[in-house]
Amino acid sequence: MPTTEEVRSDLAEIVNEVAGVPVDDVQLDKSFTEDLDVDSLSMVEIIYAAEEKFGVSIPDEESKNLKTVGDAVAYIERAAS
Amino acid sequence: MALRTSSGAQYARLMGVGGYRPRRVVDNAEIVTYIDSSDEWIRTRSGITERRWASPDETIQMMSVAAARKAIERAGIEPGQVDTVIVSTVTHLIQTPAIATTIATELGAQGAAAFDINAACAGFCYMVAMADALVRAGSSKYVVVIGVERLTDLTDIHDRSTAFIFADGAGAAVIGPSDVPAIGPVVWGSDGEQADLITQTEPWDTAIPRHERGGPDPVAQAAAVADDPEGSAAATWPVLRMNGNPVFKWASYAMAKTAAEAMDAAGITPEELEVFVPHQANNRITDAMFRALKLPEGVVIARDIVHHGNTSAASIPLAIETLLESGEARSGQTALTIGFGAGLVYAGQVITLP
Repeated sequence: MPTTEEVRSDLAEIVNEVAGVPVDDVQLDKSFTEDLDVDSLSMVEIIYAAEEKFGVSIPDEESKNLKTVGDAVAYIERAAS
Repeated sequence: MALRTSSGAQYARLMGVGGYRPRRVVDNAEIVTYIDSSDEWIRTRSGITERRWASPDETIQMMSVAAARKAIERAGIEPGQVDTVIVSTVTHLIQTPAIATTIATELGAQGAAAFDINAACAGFCYMVAMADALVRAGSSKYVVVIGVERLTDLTDIHDRSTAFIFADGAGAAVIGPSDVPAIGPVVWGSDGEQADLITQTEPWDTAIPRHERGGPDPVAQAAAVADDPEGSAAATWPVLRMNGNPVFKWASYAMAKTAAEAMDAAGITPEELEVFVPHQANNRITDAMFRALKLPEGVVIARDIVHHGNTSAASIPLAIETLLESGEARSGQTALTIGFGAGLVYAGQVITLP
């Protein structure tokens, strides 16, 4: 079971690859849209890459609730457990 | 008694392509007068800077004939040699007869087999697959395929998710016999479970005729609706609706897999591919597919959407014509085409550029 920090770090790599956001900026309290300037299409790409990376399913209706990096990390941790 | 069957050419190829782009250029500055958006938002979400909207005289028939004449001339054949005409469109608003028949006649291919198909944005790749099979089976020798749309006839110009994307135009190709392999196996299919992602909102039997809504112009119609928001104009003319994010996800990832299968089926590696011509749905989809396919940097990528928007069945032949005319791609190069859209439907194949 990966730690919260490991999930955050892997997710940060994905956000960096898709949207070009510096890895160190992708912290748990950051909002994808407000703080990291990730648009809705990039969010779709991030969710897809996260599903592949962590072996979880994130339905469309759930992904709308993932406002912050912390929301996404918590969802992935729950879904993977 | 032994029944005789047909036999045709060993191989088929695209012999020529031609396009018709409507005269009227609609830039993002005009679009943002209809939707709450900005030039920057549109460009970053789609890559589109301008698109073409058909005027009333630029009908499905007129645009199709113009595109097909160019394709026939470039193919180096006479119109009278064309023995099959296939048209793919979702915006020919007269259901019967098929518009392919009158197009064949106006082209000078009187008597050709002629029919319409509806495979939305996959229409061109569906038609190439059918034409390839017709030529190799000996059912036809020269097939004209035409993707043509007036998507603006079914566009709600106040819909923030489609108004900046949809556009009009026609793209045609001639497919005929070849001495060498030039059309790879098609990888195609459908997914009716996701039929609700891109739809026409109303059936025709409830629709108010267009002339009662302010004329055959989306801007005039929107004005008529605005003048009388409770009136019949607002009520029942159908438009195309799209659930953007799930379509984006499907197109970017499921379609990358289909494209990879089409390359595999043709025995072409990413390193051997020279040109990538996906349906011009959205530059962001093209980018995501390009990354997922791990295509080499040197592959030429069609970006016709930037200036012409999403023209559904017309987008791939229009994009091929643009690449050939600009010199970015050239005849004889190996290209991957893939179309995907409402249905959901999809088809991809590797072709040799004409």
